[in-house]
Amino acid sequence: MFDLTGKTALVTGASGGIGGAIATALHSAGATVGLSGTREAPLQALATTLGDRAHVLPCNLSEAVEVEALPKQAIAAMGSLDILVNNAGITADNIFMRMTDYEWSRVIEVNLTSTMRLCRGVMRPMMKSRWGRIINITSVVGVTGNGGQVNYAASKAGMIGLTKSIAQEVASRGITANCVAPGFIETAMTDALNEKQKDGILTAIPAGRMGTGDEIASAVLYLASQEAAYVTGQTLHVNGGMAMI
Amino acid sequence: MSDIADRVKKIVVEHLSVEEEKVTENASFIDDLGADSLDTVELVMAFEEEFGIEIPDDAAETIQTFGDAVSFIKGAQ
Repeated sequence: MFDLTGKTALVTGASGGIGGAIATALHSAGATVGLSGTREAPLQALATTLGDRAHVLPCNLSEAVEVEALPKQAIAAMGSLDILVNNAGITADNIFMRMTDYEWSRVIEVNLTSTMRLCRGVMRPMMKSRWGRIINITSVVGVTGNGGQVNYAASKAGMIGLTKSIAQEVASRGITANCVAPGFIETAMTDALNEKQKDGILTAIPAGRMGTGDEIASAVLYLASQEAAYVTGQTLHVNGGMAMI
Repeated sequence: MSDIADRVKKIVVEHLSVEEEKVTENASFIDDLGADSLDTVELVMAFEEEFGIEIPDDAAETIQTFGDAVSFIKGAQ
């Protein structure tokens, strides 16, 4: 349905469930994809599965120097950088009273600061080509809050404010910036929950099930497309109705 | 007028869609030529490309007028 032939996309956290699905969807639509993540082996495996038009670009998002270098590496590998998907994220949950400065700063650094750095790094090439798509994967909890996730929720809410501000600055240059906010999605992160926790979550989801990585990827694909050129500064919630915002 | 000034003027005229006569020595990109802050960033990027130089952000901030641009580029070459 959406054609990204000739476009190039960098996806962070591509070794994870959602990131892999996003990279696959963009690739299927014809884009050349740069797969970034900390673990090289799963990135290599995904690149092999995708075949042509897939490049492995390992990066540790908690290292500023590596993050600054990533857009340049992506352009060197793919020739341009049209679409940036900031999908990588970590959690370090704790009740707030016990949350350490380290837990706070690590999550903010990886989820929010690296997103800012990568967005900044792609501005110049996107401004030059008068076309760009920034898609930041936030979370429903960035809007609703979530006990035990003060750091994670703050980082995800921060991404929304950052995205809206970028959207305002560069809308006149053909660059859009949007967020996709997943609810509960079947990933390794949610696999760690026990049955009782999962049942509790499902009662709060009108759709009665968790979402899939592919369902997040479809939202990203839409926002990356030419068809979404007039959509900017938005947060697209993909959560089975668990929060209607 | 020097070759550099001509090339700078061409970029300014094209990028800001202004009349050539308006691009005078003291013409301010923002105040006189209708540039917004993003335009000034793009002008600097265009200068970098045209002249094969790098203009760091702190230097870019001092380039406010057509004359500023020409003298900076002359100095950088």
